[in-house]
Amino acid sequence: MQFTSLQNPGFPSLLAGKGENLRLLTILDPLTRPILLMLVTAVDRLLTPIQRRVGIDKMGYFFILPNLLIFGIFVLLPMLLNFYYAMTGGTKLFPADRPFIGLGNFETLFDCGDFLSPNSCQEDLFWRGIFNTIQFVIFQVSGIVLFSLMTALVLNRKIVARGFFRSVFFYPVLLSPVVVALIWKWVLQHEGLLNAIVEIFGGESTRWLLDPNWAMFWVVFVSVWALMGFYTLILLAGLQSIPPELYEASSIDGAGSWQDFRFVTLPLLMPTMFVVLVLALIRAVQMFDQIYVLTGGGPGTRTQLLVQYIYTTGFSNQIQLFGLSAAASMALGITLLVLTLLQLRLGNQSSLA
Amino acid sequence: MRKLLALLVVLAMLISVAPALSQDMVELRIRWYDDGNEGEVLRDLLDRYEMENPGVSIEIDTVPYRSILEQLPLDLAAGEGPDMARVTDLGGLAEYYLDMTPYLSDPAYWEENFGPFLNWKRQPGDMSSIPGFMTQLTITGPLINRTLFEQAGIDVPSDMSDSVSWEEWAAASVAVAEALEIPYPMAMDRSGHRFAGPAISSGAMYFDDMGHPTVMDEGFRNMAELFVNWHLDGTMHPEMWPLSEGYAGANEEFANAELVFYMSGSWQVGQFSEQIGDAFDWQVVPNPCGPGGCTGMPGGAALVGIGATEHPEEVTAVMEYLASQEVLGEFAARTLFIPAHAGLSSAGVDFDTDLQLAKDALGVFVGQVGTLEQTAFDLQAYAFNRAVFDATRDRLTQAMVGELTLDEAIARIQDDVDTALAEQG
Repeated sequence: MQFTSLQNPGFPSLLAGKGENLRLLTILDPLTRPILLMLVTAVDRLLTPIQRRVGIDKMGYFFILPNLLIFGIFVLLPMLLNFYYAMTGGTKLFPADRPFIGLGNFETLFDCGDFLSPNSCQEDLFWRGIFNTIQFVIFQVSGIVLFSLMTALVLNRKIVARGFFRSVFFYPVLLSPVVVALIWKWVLQHEGLLNAIVEIFGGESTRWLLDPNWAMFWVVFVSVWALMGFYTLILLAGLQSIPPELYEASSIDGAGSWQDFRFVTLPLLMPTMFVVLVLALIRAVQMFDQIYVLTGGGPGTRTQLLVQYIYTTGFSNQIQLFGLSAAASMALGITLLVLTLLQLRLGNQSSLA
Repeated sequence: MRKLLALLVVLAMLISVAPALSQDMVELRIRWYDDGNEGEVLRDLLDRYEMENPGVSIEIDTVPYRSILEQLPLDLAAGEGPDMARVTDLGGLAEYYLDMTPYLSDPAYWEENFGPFLNWKRQPGDMSSIPGFMTQLTITGPLINRTLFEQAGIDVPSDMSDSVSWEEWAAASVAVAEALEIPYPMAMDRSGHRFAGPAISSGAMYFDDMGHPTVMDEGFRNMAELFVNWHLDGTMHPEMWPLSEGYAGANEEFANAELVFYMSGSWQVGQFSEQIGDAFDWQVVPNPCGPGGCTGMPGGAALVGIGATEHPEEVTAVMEYLASQEVLGEFAARTLFIPAHAGLSSAGVDFDTDLQLAKDALGVFVGQVGTLEQTAFDLQAYAFNRAVFDATRDRLTQAMVGELTLDEAIARIQDDVDTALAEQG
């Protein structure tokens, strides 16, 4: 697309009163119209000399400049700073006051007798965080993809009160993670709702969050419950974009429901599924607030994910180890990048096939 | 039209005069957290100060306690932050405090009345700075629900002996809980500071001959073993330590009479006076004993001036007002805090409560000051004590849930402390 001056015949409608966009002006009320004209004129006067100077081809850079500046200040600069912090030691806050130690922090993180046994590592909590994160991501992402898909398939059918159910499944997404965690904490505590129900049916109450395996199960469950509505919505949009003619054709060919799903729905939904997978994966690796409130990372460190390790090491302890924390966050960032690239590659291969 | 013109002229005059007026006004900010009603009392005291000093305006920014521990150090390191702050990491933040000595009208008053506690707020090697005063002295110690003992028909161990061991208290608390089907026999605040009193009583030294912090001794191990086992067998509240991050308390359980014995501290008296009142008989009992003594931990919060303030003289003036015997006495009386002020300690504080239970509780805590071991004072005065406390809290929790053996946990505590101190330099 090319940018042309507002006074240029290529973009004449607003000022010259020609073309389709004239309708826009005519439907505006008499008060808004002159204001809009003034604005357009002002923008035109501002942009025309710039365009003359840099040329039409390079105007795109000019337009993305504000966004690029914001990205640079709030994303790129912190990333570079994080990289620098990861290479420094000590406890001082300002980069200039921190001694450069090269890869010292990474050596500390990866100083392990046996990588599969966190207790043999110098930074055992980092490795516990990694193993917990891997476990959480596998179960949570699988759960989200599976249950979102099932829910989307059901909600895509013509069922009674479909709009109501769509709202119901989306509702938890609107809640703050802290609120979600508090609600479930009340449900799962020893004198909570779940144990009351269990006891009504003659069972024995359990300390759900104190048992290491149950704790991880509930952390995953709550997270899937809270987030699946969002992914259901994406999949629902994907499902609705599948042309109905294909189902009609498959029906004529004698295909059943399963074959419809296997040979029509799933292949056409795959690009959307990959979007869901990538988004869910990134979010799962970054999970913090909900678990922090629900279990505090416990029992012990059973549900402490890598992000909590980064936070605790960098900010929660009296002696704040910013360098170690930054190194751990870099390791996390690189892992995320590799996973995302891998997924995109697989996604491309799948769509080509 | 004429009215409009007149109004515009008045507005223009006001706008031109406003900067001059605001230049004379000094605004000071205090970063504060609340355990009970102390923020309200402070506001009242400061209102009076502002009335007498119209050129000074003081804003109290009340934040969660966690923010004082985590956010304030970052703000101070960045050269930002308030003019004054209420802190509990007394020595850890000492490098950021304002030395008020040059601005004080009577430095001798501060040395005389706050002398023993000034060291807690100084950097190693600093013997003279005066950065602030303690808003309260705290003593850790156990609170019991006496009514539950009476209902269960079980004697309160401290009624029969002046020297009750931790094991005896545990046995009695379990017996009460079992008799009345109370869910939690005992609980201890999730804090390494709270654990330190029992550990020292058990013989923990906390420092080696070189003055370096250590937990590698029999005394520490013995108490840690008891403590971990009590979590495994249900004597201690089973969820509080394993299922929390950072500090956690059992206030709710104690106030709801679901807990027999609660190891906490003197700052709870004000809160329990309001929450429990005389709904049941709650009582403070002397710290349990062991081979190392019958000690709790001293501690407390301090109001300190911040070195980066642009108004050191005004800050000092406010601090002098708040630290005066009369004002601090009123603050202690209304908040039910034990004052860390020699003059007030000898004169006594007439605590502003009709609740005899609260007065008795404060009396027991004040009486405990004499039983505190020197190690407890040394540990409290140690600038990086939170590194020891936090590692103790986190690693013992791992031992409770089986992630580490007890010996591994103790070795990890030592390792964490050594690593942190090495980074600190």
